[in-house]
Amino acid sequence: MTVLDAHLVVERETFRLDVPLRIAAGEVVALLGPNGAGKTTALRALAGLRPLTAGHVTLDGLDLDRPGSRLWTPVERRRVGVVFQDYLLFPHLSALDNVAFGPRRRGLAKRDARAKAADWLKRMDLTDYAARKPRHLSGGQAQRVALARALAVEPTLLLLDEPLAALDARTRLDTRTELHTHLGEHAGATLLVTHDPLDALILADRLVIIEDGRVVQEGDAAAVTARPRTDYVARLVGLNLFRGHGDGHDVRVGADFPLAVADRVSGEVFAAFPPSAVALHPERPEGSARNTWPATVASVQHNGDNLRVRLDGPIPVAADVTPAAVAQLRLVPGREVWAAVKATQVRAYPV
Amino acid sequence: MKARWIRGLAAGLIALAAVGLTACGDDDAGGGGSEVTGEITVFAAASLTESFTRIGADFEAANPGTKVTFNFAGSSALATQIGQGAPADVFASAAPANMATVADAGDVDGEAVTFVKNQLVIAVPKGNPKGITGLSDLVGPDVKVALCAEQVPCGAAAKKALQAASVELTPVTFEQDVKSVLSKVTLGEVDAALVYRTDAIAAASDVDGVEFAESAGAINEYPIAVLRNAPNKATARAFVDHVLSDPAKLVLTTAGFQAA
Amino acid sequence: MSADPSAAVSAPVRAPRRRRRAGRVPVALLVPAVLGLLLLVLPLAGLLVRAPWTTLPRRLAEPGVLTALGLSVQTATMATVVCLVLGVPLAWLLARVDFPGKRVVRALVTVPLVLPPVVGGVALLLVFGRKGILGAWLDSAFGITLPFTTAGVVLAEAFVAMPFLVIAVEGALRAADSRYEEAAATLGAGRWTTFTRVTLPLVAPGIAAGAVLCWARALGEFGATITFAGNFPGRTQTMPLAVYLALETDLEAAIVLSLVLLVVSVVILAGLRDRWISSP
Repeated sequence: MTVLDAHLVVERETFRLDVPLRIAAGEVVALLGPNGAGKTTALRALAGLRPLTAGHVTLDGLDLDRPGSRLWTPVERRRVGVVFQDYLLFPHLSALDNVAFGPRRRGLAKRDARAKAADWLKRMDLTDYAARKPRHLSGGQAQRVALARALAVEPTLLLLDEPLAALDARTRLDTRTELHTHLGEHAGATLLVTHDPLDALILADRLVIIEDGRVVQEGDAAAVTARPRTDYVARLVGLNLFRGHGDGHDVRVGADFPLAVADRVSGEVFAAFPPSAVALHPERPEGSARNTWPATVASVQHNGDNLRVRLDGPIPVAADVTPAAVAQLRLVPGREVWAAVKATQVRAYPV
Repeated sequence: MKARWIRGLAAGLIALAAVGLTACGDDDAGGGGSEVTGEITVFAAASLTESFTRIGADFEAANPGTKVTFNFAGSSALATQIGQGAPADVFASAAPANMATVADAGDVDGEAVTFVKNQLVIAVPKGNPKGITGLSDLVGPDVKVALCAEQVPCGAAAKKALQAASVELTPVTFEQDVKSVLSKVTLGEVDAALVYRTDAIAAASDVDGVEFAESAGAINEYPIAVLRNAPNKATARAFVDHVLSDPAKLVLTTAGFQAA
Repeated sequence: MSADPSAAVSAPVRAPRRRRRAGRVPVALLVPAVLGLLLLVLPLAGLLVRAPWTTLPRRLAEPGVLTALGLSVQTATMATVVCLVLGVPLAWLLARVDFPGKRVVRALVTVPLVLPPVVGGVALLLVFGRKGILGAWLDSAFGITLPFTTAGVVLAEAFVAMPFLVIAVEGALRAADSRYEEAAATLGAGRWTTFTRVTLPLVAPGIAAGAVLCWARALGEFGATITFAGNFPGRTQTMPLAVYLALETDLEAAIVLSLVLLVVSVVILAGLRDRWISSP
């Protein structure tokens, strides 16, 4: 059942957001995109913090914003909960009173509101911190209080704006897992705005990727990671992506560089392969790899346990190599090497 | 305002020209210390503002080469300033008490002379809407009265007059000076006030002055004196003499003062 | 210098460097700072030196002193309340709402700062006086007259002191993160609830600072008060008025009254500062 049915159109002087969005009950959708893509604008439009220029926001069959019919429901009367990027917990209120704030405003008596807040804090495992002011909470605790505060108003639509961005790497891991659990229990629709692919992949059932105000790709995690459609998405999921003209088992990419692929293709296609598929050699390699070309090392960066080498050449690619290989090949910027990719590791799919 | 400014400028220019002339033909003046020339500073009570500005201009015209600068303020403020060493040549006070303060501190050169008197009148809004004819009409809840505070000369005089008339009245305010009292009448905030006759005449377009018999018992004397530390004593003495002369008296009586 | 004591605790290594830096205050800042302090403090020292200490107890016991002091504290406090009730919403309007002519309104708010208080008093008379635009109507319709009453003193003091409050509170509101207000809205709070439950507590330190400035200004108010409300002991004669009139006859009495006013205000302000103004 579709809970949220929206077509968000917001126009500013030099920017236009035009994003259709539907979310079912219990579904978690991640709105993913680079900085300036319009993610936050979309979230603010859904919350009612920014009016639409055109389109509509319909929640549970009720039009909250429809400029064409001059329909508008102000923020405070929408059944929408928001977890803000830096949480915005009221600094003068305790954790308990922060969570009780919403229920109280929605008409609950003070006692009932506080009881409800206590219940939510208990669910978040924060009972011991109920009396603390936000400045005495850790980042992870504050995040959970913010989530409890947003959920305590029993929103039909829960909006999360970069919910983990303010946390350090370690806290992030734990909090992400917990957030996953809580989002799974939320019966309404959830929209998660993030620029972190990992958050999106773990927390969301479906990804909507926007760039420059428009949806560039949409689908579940598997579909998006398998077949990225823009450079941004490819980089996001860690793939080398090229667009070119396919003919049989060749795809001509870049400046007419022939890339051998396993699939048989024709017409405009994408060709993609992971950085781990790229092997580096000091000399032109002998062997089974169908794709080999000379390249120059542009940069070497850490990437988990491995190192990611960016290569200039006929096609710019990223290669993941072990530290041992880096030492052996003396990979420093400017170094000339040969790159090799097996045709079986290049996936090609129509545009 | 503007006219006075222009007059002041003109007086200054004349004075400058006169200084130039004196410098060229310095033959008829006496010895250095007694020469009537140069600049003097006169500290005078605020109630003398109009009259003394006029008298000062006359004096400058009669004595080429002189320039009179005035500092008009409340008499007590002036007395305090003189006590703190302000460079004044002449002090004209609105009350003997303030002159006494200065004299007691040894700052008066010779004797202070009373040059004029001022008496109180009842100032009422133009047309006298409450029909006030004397002090006894000021008593009662429906008549709002403003007086000067006892600490300033007009307040002391008012107290004396009311005592002389055996009238007990509760004013709504004790103002800090006579001009403030008068402004309460011109703004219509009070129905009557005790002010100097000179002030009532100066504000004749807005207020009427009602004379009352008991004012004779509360006449305020204005003393004038040359100061001991006067930088220009000769000219200061000449100025005091001029203030006591008939032409100056005419200016003062026209303004509503009584001859001493 | 360190506004955040926790920083010093969590980073003990940095403490010595900080102390060394404190020892090297630039002369270009220190000299004018000390001169500025002297300019403020020397006149006070002058009062203390000239104070008639031997006759002080007798002078303080004079009945008029306590009456004027009581009236001053009472009217300054009431004026501050008036300023809070009217000034905080005005500051909110200036900080949060866009409307045409806002620049002009903001400039108008500061008028009492540049206007000589005596002129302010005359202006108040022209509006609230017996013949004033509003005053005449108040008098005929309700029998209310403000000049020469204690209420008039409060009005005059509020007039000159309000800008201090409005400017301080507006600054605090601008500095406060308005996204908290958005957060409150998403939780179902309307604008009024958001204002009382979120905005006001957030800017409370700014409001307290503004109120203190406002109170201090009202306590020292002279020109507008004596012009609008007149001078009548027990009703409209506040301390500054008493001081001014004492100056006419008795310098020492004026000094004593000034000292009383100073001591009372310093004690009250210092007491308030510890309790409310110091931010947590």
